Amino acid sequence: MSFNRIYGLFLRHFFLIKSSLPRILDLIYWPTIQIILWGFISLFFSTYSDYYNNTLGVILTCAILYDFLFRSSISFNMLFLEEIWSRNFTNLFIAPMKISEIIISLVLTALIRTLIGLIPAILITSPLFGISILNLGFPLFFLFLSLYIFGITLGLFVSSGLLRYGPAFENIAWSSLFLLAPLGCIYYPIEILPGFLQELARVLPLVYIFEEARSILVNQIVDYSNIKNAFMLNLIYLFIGVILFYYSFSQARKKGSLINIGE
Amino acid sequence: MQLPIVVQNLSKFYSKKEAVKNISFKINKNEIVGLLGPNGCGKTTTIAMMLGLLKPSNGKVFIDGEDIEKKRISLLHKMNFISPYIELPKKLTVRENLIVYGKLYGVKEIYKRINYLSDKLRLREILNNKTGELSSGQKNRVSLAKALINDPKILFLDEPTASLDPETGDFVRSFIEKISKEKNMSILLASHNMDEVKRLCKQVLMMKDGSLIDQGTPEDLIIRHGKENLEEVFLKLNRS
Repeated sequence: MSFNRIYGLFLRHFFLIKSSLPRILDLIYWPTIQIILWGFISLFFSTYSDYYNNTLGVILTCAILYDFLFRSSISFNMLFLEEIWSRNFTNLFIAPMKISEIIISLVLTALIRTLIGLIPAILITSPLFGISILNLGFPLFFLFLSLYIFGITLGLFVSSGLLRYGPAFENIAWSSLFLLAPLGCIYYPIEILPGFLQELARVLPLVYIFEEARSILVNQIVDYSNIKNAFMLNLIYLFIGVILFYYSFSQARKKGSLINIGE
Repeated sequence: MQLPIVVQNLSKFYSKKEAVKNISFKINKNEIVGLLGPNGCGKTTTIAMMLGLLKPSNGKVFIDGEDIEKKRISLLHKMNFISPYIELPKKLTVRENLIVYGKLYGVKEIYKRINYLSDKLRLREILNNKTGELSSGQKNRVSLAKALINDPKILFLDEPTASLDPETGDFVRSFIEKISKEKNMSILLASHNMDEVKRLCKQVLMMKDGSLIDQGTPEDLIIRHGKENLEEVFLKLNRS
């Protein structure tokens, strides 16, 4: 055993971590988010144990909807990361592709990737648990569409970071959705959050989407104002996401990150 | 007639470094120009600006008389690039990669083009192999096929024969020589192989610390600096 070799390998990773703020934040991030999310879920069920009379159905339906959001965002990011991992990034950006073409291509491919993952999950919930997400009826289409738009918007935000900062931003790609999980009020109503977090949560389309899903499943009431609010917020974020992507591309061309994307 | 490539007073500054300092040169039709210099002297930065990958701090690059900063997308149709530092997706077969890039470059008869390049570059037997499973020489030939998929008028070659065995290196050099004549291509070749530069290039640009410090035909440079060969000229200029 050589202490120097052990220390050498330790240094290889230590140098990498200490030079990268995104990596340090990532180490702090996961435990914090897990505690916050499960803290609110536990608080909700201990305070309102009789809120749901169809707990399994509501929880599973919300889990599928949340997974749809997660998959669509991650699919978008993965398409970008695959180019970095395969060292194909530069080839893509010297091809005569407009930024709009890149975005549209990623949006469509991400949808196919998401559906490949989601359809089997939807199909097995019925035989295994006797629950069908289709119970949400026609509004389900709007909920999926709204989640998909928000998913690709998050994908645009993260890809903008990847363009500008390279693979150091990769961990953000994986963790961005978990940051929103506690604030998105996926498994509990917004009232369970402390006041200041409620204000923050109300600017996320997720709150309205999941509120609508619960309203249909628990109270059998379709409230189109929730869907309208979600779409309006989505359009604002999508617009910002597209602008940010163009800006990051322009910055990447100035800073040279399109040619030396690496560790 | 417009020259294929005109570089005017091109500079690139980063916050702490001047990577390229006010360089100017031209490349004629059907001309291979060598870009020589030590590692980190600004060769790749220069090529990146010519490809529109990097925004110059000052100066301009004109391709067929048009500014790359203003007509980036339309000019990229006329160009292509090969470098050992970039690769094609490893999990895709050679054929799939060439189809993808054929589509990205808007090649009309993709399969005809792939067949043509497969014959020229001896790729027929490996078309259905995964790109990541190929040898260095095979990968190099596939990258060259990708770089020629759009039948470019202008080609940027960054160390095209680095890490190749002598036989494959010679095949690639002969191919570049032949295709540039057949297609009247203008080529900028960055290389550390002085014999390769002497064999292929009509003109040589010598860079050091981001500046263009000398240029001329290989023979002119050798005579002017009173040396035996291009390698000695390179060493003299970089040690001065």
